[in-house]
Amino acid sequence: MKPGSIAIVGAAETTKMGVIPDVSQTQLHADAALNAMKDAGLKPSDIDGVACAGEFPVTLADYLGITPTWLDGTYVGGCSFMLHVRHAAAAIAAGYCKNVLITHGESGRSRLGYLGPSILPTSPYGQFEAPFGTSGPPTMFTLPVLRYMKTYGLTHEQLAMVSVVQREWAAKNPRASQKDPITVDDVLGSKMIAYPFRILQCCLVTDGGGALILTSADRAKDFPTKPVYILGTGESSESPIISQMRDYTSSRAFRVSGGNAFKSAGITHKDVDHAMFYDAFAHLPIFGLEDLGFVPRGEAGAFIAARNTAPGGMLPVNTNGGGLSYMHSGMYGMYALQESVRQMRGIAPAQVKNAKISVCHGVGGMFSASGTVIMSNQLP
Amino acid sequence: MTNTRTPPKPTPETQHFWDGTKQNRLLLQRCSDCNHTYFPPRPFCPACASKKVVVVPASGKATLYSYVISQRPAPGMIPPFSIAVVTLEEGPRMMTNVVDCPQTPEALVLDMPLEVTFQPLNEDITLPLFQPAKGDVQ
Repeated sequence: MKPGSIAIVGAAETTKMGVIPDVSQTQLHADAALNAMKDAGLKPSDIDGVACAGEFPVTLADYLGITPTWLDGTYVGGCSFMLHVRHAAAAIAAGYCKNVLITHGESGRSRLGYLGPSILPTSPYGQFEAPFGTSGPPTMFTLPVLRYMKTYGLTHEQLAMVSVVQREWAAKNPRASQKDPITVDDVLGSKMIAYPFRILQCCLVTDGGGALILTSADRAKDFPTKPVYILGTGESSESPIISQMRDYTSSRAFRVSGGNAFKSAGITHKDVDHAMFYDAFAHLPIFGLEDLGFVPRGEAGAFIAARNTAPGGMLPVNTNGGGLSYMHSGMYGMYALQESVRQMRGIAPAQVKNAKISVCHGVGGMFSASGTVIMSNQLP
Repeated sequence: MTNTRTPPKPTPETQHFWDGTKQNRLLLQRCSDCNHTYFPPRPFCPACASKKVVVVPASGKATLYSYVISQRPAPGMIPPFSIAVVTLEEGPRMMTNVVDCPQTPEALVLDMPLEVTFQPLNEDITLPLFQPAKGDVQ
């Protein structure tokens, strides 16, 4: 894909966000999809490409009254939507479809029609991790951190600052689930979940969804919205189980995905005005900053603690409040993409002034997969 | 929560590993072409794709690579308990629990020497757990 040849012309989240006990998961997808179509001025009959995760694209296409010529059900966890954007861009460039709808809806808290990941006792996870008392991501995704701390000297206080800074961003966002200010002491005094992680270093569990509509840059100028151009993308994967991640101080999937996104976009780090690093847990922005090359290895904790990613800092990160304070329904990548689009459109609640390039980086599973999308409000 | 840990279900490709633990043996696989020793089990080498692989016994010695101390309820477990990843002497890593040791950050020190111990789960499955190394293990 040539940088800037594909654009996001529709973007919206579900009408409600947070705790939504009266809407099923399928309808959360549809609600977000209808909102995004309204945003782009399109009807279901205008959509010819459908991608989603957590639901089957067949189900969604039929539910919405769409006749697709292209479908993508890539499901690699929370970054699936970054991969959908990448695949959709390629499909539009190949002429397989013109207007692609990417949806997400997840009743992560209320569990109304929630599919969730299936756990087979024969799978690598079922055989070689579940017997040892793992119980959800807080007991697995967090495993690398003590090794990272020993290797690079990251302190508990620096790790706590990730949560503190993101709460500052959330305070600026009316739709954020958690807006009250917190301190390092609050974080380190909060309920222990899985040492060294406390509850304020773990993501929220909420309901919600979001949808994107992509088309070619040529057609984008006919839409009512400000086009957000795709400059570059990347994707990769490592192990399905955290115990087999090669290096607990760096994610191979992050390095490959992020590296290819930068290479395909043809930009350097100093061109970046805004970044989203999928933060299911507080260490993820640290890994993201380092593995994507924003900060030298081992220095991201200090970089965040020095408020470089906070409001007023040199690299605003997770400006919606992130999975730690904004929302996290289970697969967060769609919400990170939505915030990058808002920043590029200039309509984010905590808008970064004159931001022109946003890097949106996602993770799937427990460092199992990764997807990166670099977007801009200007053609390269 | 149930009183027993979530049992693994072996596949034809992993059966030898679980047969091994049942006999208190920790079994890995080694490639006869490139000499790579690996885990989890599969009938070919993940480094070079050769199918010339043999099952080899591990020494049972390991070091603590990383861990968390879970406070969350889990089948058959009483919090707080460690969920650990250990590096075997032969190179591969595996998830386990460090037992016979206080479940505290002070007692669980990264890179500490460990040795395997076997805990029967049911008549088919025995789990490989690890404990602080005793005696002359370095």
